[in-house]
Amino acid sequence: MSSYAATTISSQAAANRLLLRRKRAERRFQLYGILAISAALGFLVVFLASIVSRGYMGFVQTEVRLTVDFDQELIEAGSYRKMLRTSLSELFPNAGSSRAERRTLARLVSAGTVFVLRETVEADPAIIGTVEDVWVLASDPVDQFYKGRIDAALPEEERPISDASLARIAALEAAGRIDLRFNRSFFTRGDSRNPEEAGILAAIVGSALALLVTVVLSFPVGVMTAVYLEAFAPKNRITRLIEININNLAAVPSIVFGLLGLAVFLNVFGLPRSAPISGGLVLSLMTLPTIIISSRAAIRAVPPSFAEAAIGLGASRVQAIFHHVLPAAAPGTLTGAIIGMARALGETAPLLMMGMVAFVVEVPGGFTDPSTVLPAQVYLWADSPERGFAEKTAAATIVLLGFLLVMNGLAVYLRRKFEKQW
Amino acid sequence: MLLSYLPLLIIALFGAGAFYASRARISAAPQRSLPGLPGHYGWYGTLWTVVPATLVYAAWTIIDDRVIRNVVLSDFPDLSGAAATLLYVSIENAAAGVMTDDVPMASVELLLHLENLSAAARFALVTAVSVLGFFWGWRRIRPELTARDRVETALLVALFIASIIAILTTVGIVLSLVVETFRFFQLVSPFEFFFGLEWSPQIALREDQVAASGAFGAVPVFAGTLLITVIAMLVAGPIGLMSAIYLAEYAHPRVRAVIKPLLEILAGIPTVVYGFFAALVLAPSMRNLGVDLGLTISSESALAAGLIMGIMIIPFVSSLSDDIMTAVPMSLREGSYGLGATASETIKRVILPAATPGIVGGFMLAISRAIGETMIVVMAAGLAANLTANPFEAVTTVTVQIATLLVGDHEFDSEKTMAAFALGLTLFIVTLALNVVALRVVQKYSERYE
Repeated sequence: MSSYAATTISSQAAANRLLLRRKRAERRFQLYGILAISAALGFLVVFLASIVSRGYMGFVQTEVRLTVDFDQELIEAGSYRKMLRTSLSELFPNAGSSRAERRTLARLVSAGTVFVLRETVEADPAIIGTVEDVWVLASDPVDQFYKGRIDAALPEEERPISDASLARIAALEAAGRIDLRFNRSFFTRGDSRNPEEAGILAAIVGSALALLVTVVLSFPVGVMTAVYLEAFAPKNRITRLIEININNLAAVPSIVFGLLGLAVFLNVFGLPRSAPISGGLVLSLMTLPTIIISSRAAIRAVPPSFAEAAIGLGASRVQAIFHHVLPAAAPGTLTGAIIGMARALGETAPLLMMGMVAFVVEVPGGFTDPSTVLPAQVYLWADSPERGFAEKTAAATIVLLGFLLVMNGLAVYLRRKFEKQW
Repeated sequence: MLLSYLPLLIIALFGAGAFYASRARISAAPQRSLPGLPGHYGWYGTLWTVVPATLVYAAWTIIDDRVIRNVVLSDFPDLSGAAATLLYVSIENAAAGVMTDDVPMASVELLLHLENLSAAARFALVTAVSVLGFFWGWRRIRPELTARDRVETALLVALFIASIIAILTTVGIVLSLVVETFRFFQLVSPFEFFFGLEWSPQIALREDQVAASGAFGAVPVFAGTLLITVIAMLVAGPIGLMSAIYLAEYAHPRVRAVIKPLLEILAGIPTVVYGFFAALVLAPSMRNLGVDLGLTISSESALAAGLIMGIMIIPFVSSLSDDIMTAVPMSLREGSYGLGATASETIKRVILPAATPGIVGGFMLAISRAIGETMIVVMAAGLAANLTANPFEAVTTVTVQIATLLVGDHEFDSEKTMAAFALGLTLFIVTLALNVVALRVVQKYSERYE
């Protein structure tokens, strides 16, 4: 670099060469910039594409159409298992009747099918005594095979599905009794040990409850703090202390908030573990600085003439701020709150400490019920060895990213729509 | 259940009633110019009705559990500590209808009786305080009352209390970390914690193991954190800085308006999603690549976690550097161009030196973000504490250890859980220091060009 200055320009030709070199260096430098941006955006594309390609199959599920005889005697005896077995062995009459063979046959459909049959009867008792076609979930290996994730060319010992089952799947396919259908249970059930039955409803409800606690606590407190600091606080040491505090809280690692929650909310105050109320409390402390900082910016952006005009007409300072400045700052405040909520929705680490990474089957009905949240569900499933869960993990991730997209989109829309230049 | 929320309903109803009653009273008063709007008088009445009653409700709710617990457990004077807690939990469960064996039924009945009694007493007390407040406030509603001033003062007090919550949070964090860390350092010497080379906290869980067994040397944990952070910064530093340079100095404003938010998406993706990608997509393919190249790459290698973390913090580097470079005065650029420098020469010799303090601040913020990041490393980095600088091996980090030591642990007195708090305090102090210094550097810098 410094060689340029030291070069003695002896001739026009040398000068031209130097200029050429400098122009090449310029182009190279600019190329580095473009490469850096392409690397970052390229990763984003690969990342999203890989998640979508892994996850989109999670929204459909292989189902098997069984012809079930809803026999009154069996239902009264409560032996739905026998009802299912009869229906399966009618489909495959030469499957053999030994215990082991019956079990392999039953393994075509999900282990929860028995309960599904019972629920069908309970939902519609008129079905008793009739013979009906019922679509039931296929078991995880069948599902994975049907989706093409298991290579049938592998030797039998190396794949989770037997040759006999493969032949049966082929027979079902020929009869039009097996098909990929929209995975309703993914959106209507809680977690399950069986990947084909696992759903995200419990996690979504848990997330919603925790976020409700978060918004109810952190939004008013955040806006009140912002109003105080921007409009009323005297310029003294306490105010400075509060300001420094808020800026630093915004940079505290989220897991430290989890430690606070564990030590204070769970152990000192005795709040329930794994409950949306405790998780929401921690999330609201974490979101508070975000909301305060963005609300302060929004309030500061309102021209002082708003308050001055109101005060000139006889309003008190409180009236001027609450009746005129705050409404004008509302869109900015709201945008900040939505962005804070989006961050809280994606947060997992502090909830790990609060016991919200839990196996939750029942959809939580209240703020103190055991529950989990959507990102925690992703974390749990990512750890599960079953093949079917990999797909579910990616599908749950897509749902999570979808929620975040909607929330951030809403924030951008609000900002665009209400952004004003005073 | 109903009885526990009923007092709040009563308070709300009486509060609303007080508003209308007080407003009606002042509207009926024969005076034209009042020191407040009728609504202010209404709010004045509401405050007297609601605030004392709510305070009583909160205080009662906080205290009654402990009182009941003490009364119930007073029948078992020889129990203490964990045994008492265990007994009390099983009594509570039995009271809630969960069948458990070996629960003294007399205590269960006593508990239920006391709970009912407490709820009824709370209801009566809250109602009484609310009614008293109502009449106290209502009686004071007179035209001379400076209602606007008083209501506004009350509001300001509320605003101030709200802003104190931020300080309380910090105090809570510091206290909870310091108390546990102090207890930890009574069992394990700080010297051993900060300089010991062996970290295996799970061993100390066994009863026959002495706590000071050399298992709490946190150096490998710190080293692992450092290794992953260095890898992350090697990714995020160059990419982030070059992106910022391009966006600030070369890109057309319209291109910039599209690219900048796109880059910031990287910081908005939940870290658990990055962790999923690192653990299930990147790590296996890196291991396979390693097999092809003849390298042994662990499936929980520091490299995979570091790479993904680096990508996550690109926007932290690029956004701040971009802002800082845009803030460099135009006159510096023009001077450089006037002397015949090309754009890249101007950037390298004028803009970057001028922006260095701010860029350093941005890097420090990114480092603090990387150190405190949890989910990526929990999912993609290892659990075993290896003291190594080889990025292909598995290492563990401070956040991974905190998470694994505390998850699923209900008892709270072992060295293991206290060690997690000691790690947490270290993490808190390091990130806080990085952040304070970074903010100061950036602030100093921006003052220079104002």
